[in-house]
Amino acid sequence: MIGLLASIVDGVLIGSVYGLAAMGITLIWGVMDVINLTHGAMIVGGMFGLYFLTEGLGLPAYAALPPILVAGFGVGVALYWVAVHRMVGRPPLMSLLSTFAVNLILIGLGTAAWGTVLFNVSVSLPGFSLGRYTFPGTHIMAAVLTAAIAAVLYFFLYRTRMGKAVRAVAGNREAAELVGIPTTRVLALAFGLGVALAGVSGMLIGTMFPFTVLAGDAYQLKSFVVTVLGGLGNPTGALVAGIALGLVEGLATPFMPVSWTLVMEFVLFVAVLIAFPGGLFNFRRSRRST
Amino acid sequence: MILRRPFFWIVAIVILLFAVAPTIGNNVELRESLLLAAVYITLASNLNMMLGYAGYVNFGSIVFFGLGGYFCVYFMSALNWALVPAILAGGVAVSTLALCFGFGILRLRGVYFALATIGVNEAVMAFVTNFGPWGGATGIYLSTELFQPLGGPARALWTIYYVLVGVMGLSMYLSYFVKVSKFGLGLRAIGQNEDAAAVLGVPTPRYKALVYSLSAFLPAIAGGLYFFKGAYIQPPDAFDLQLSTEALVITMLGGQGTVMGPALGAYLYEELRGWLLTSATFSNFQLVIAGVLLLIIVLFAPGGLMGWLYGRWPRLRRWLE
Repeated sequence: MIGLLASIVDGVLIGSVYGLAAMGITLIWGVMDVINLTHGAMIVGGMFGLYFLTEGLGLPAYAALPPILVAGFGVGVALYWVAVHRMVGRPPLMSLLSTFAVNLILIGLGTAAWGTVLFNVSVSLPGFSLGRYTFPGTHIMAAVLTAAIAAVLYFFLYRTRMGKAVRAVAGNREAAELVGIPTTRVLALAFGLGVALAGVSGMLIGTMFPFTVLAGDAYQLKSFVVTVLGGLGNPTGALVAGIALGLVEGLATPFMPVSWTLVMEFVLFVAVLIAFPGGLFNFRRSRRST
Repeated sequence: MILRRPFFWIVAIVILLFAVAPTIGNNVELRESLLLAAVYITLASNLNMMLGYAGYVNFGSIVFFGLGGYFCVYFMSALNWALVPAILAGGVAVSTLALCFGFGILRLRGVYFALATIGVNEAVMAFVTNFGPWGGATGIYLSTELFQPLGGPARALWTIYYVLVGVMGLSMYLSYFVKVSKFGLGLRAIGQNEDAAAVLGVPTPRYKALVYSLSAFLPAIAGGLYFFKGAYIQPPDAFDLQLSTEALVITMLGGQGTVMGPALGAYLYEELRGWLLTSATFSNFQLVIAGVLLLIIVLFAPGGLMGWLYGRWPRLRRWLE
């Protein structure tokens, strides 16, 4: 019984990181109606950023967070201009294909450079013991950092002028343009933020689990599940849904081999899409019908 | 009617060329490369019915191919079925599964539908890897005795090749007939404006589920033939994301929404790949090149090669499809 409880708590800690990753997707969708299929590659980018900053430059693991955040933002803004800018406002087919193409390029380059071997970053952080069970320090730290980043993002979106501009563009791009908001710059900013969130969540996952170049696909699928659970375009919902997914994973772990998790998550994903197309944790009424 | 369309004869000539060319001098090497081309054309033509007509991207089209292979190999090895009933049953089984899944997600629109198809591949692969009767992660091996009814392995490979070329021809004619039918008109209406199509009485959810299922049938048969030929099937080969990606690149390269486009794209892509694979620097970067190609097409020439041809010589529209 205590074992199950420990498993659930651990699942919630990990799930918060899934929520952080999903916030990246949902932010981009909310602002410009584009699904970012480079998400998986960006998560892997965060993992490798962590690997090279710690193993190559000898930085302590959590000092890698600010550089990855900044680099992720830069990459995201660049990506916006290369692959997304011409696609905004066109049928979703086109932006799906263009971001998919960039994903292929990045994964192809990654596989050519590092193969598909397993990488591991060992972070020594004392855990928190409760009887016979120990919660790894990295999992607790990841959840704490996620909460901090989510709080900063909330502050940015609701309390700063630029954040309000982002929300205005998400609400109605033409109206935002009319009142003098530089919408194109706001779109680039939002894309950069979304990619930075993916990179940081990848870095946090890298402190917890070993990874390969191809790890992004599985985490991307998890992000989609979380995004759909939370309602597309709803960052708060994404965080709550991420925690919920982690809870479900933690609940299932003692009863199910790990290799079935992906199947279970996909079934959950389709079930939610069919039953609650607006999202399970969508607190406000859905903005769009599509 | 159809006999008077130049298109019909062009496809017939292509099929004839495929069938005759490798028999001259018993050229097995050419047969193997044409076999791969036939697989590409089959996958791309069927993907095109979703992508080009209905405007719905299907990132998991390889699932049909892999599952078709699994059904066929399983029927032959465990139930001792002959090849033809096994591939047909495989095709029907995969189409039925696709129809069930399609009806499940039929209310989804636009980007939600695309997200669901992305997950299908990961989930089916994880399922098969854990599925005991299909050999789990090690897959299924076929005994070479199964080649005996077809006249030994050497003869069997030729038979498989001819059937696969037939499947390729069927794919192209199928995509033509779908395009000119009322069903195809409805699909293209969905591709242009789903709301307007629904208002004008196109049963959009049903059409989407039907085309999803229809585009599963021939790739599943091609998968059955392909994995019977190899006498071996394993999850990473059956659900190889690269093949799925290549089908997408080929369709976009040739021209989405046209009947000839996927075949043209497959030919060009094969040429390009053959040329790049011979250079040692590029052989590691196949995915990268496919990605760059796709990005360039999507950004600058969304009509693909057929779109460019039509733009240049509008009268070609009377001859090609």
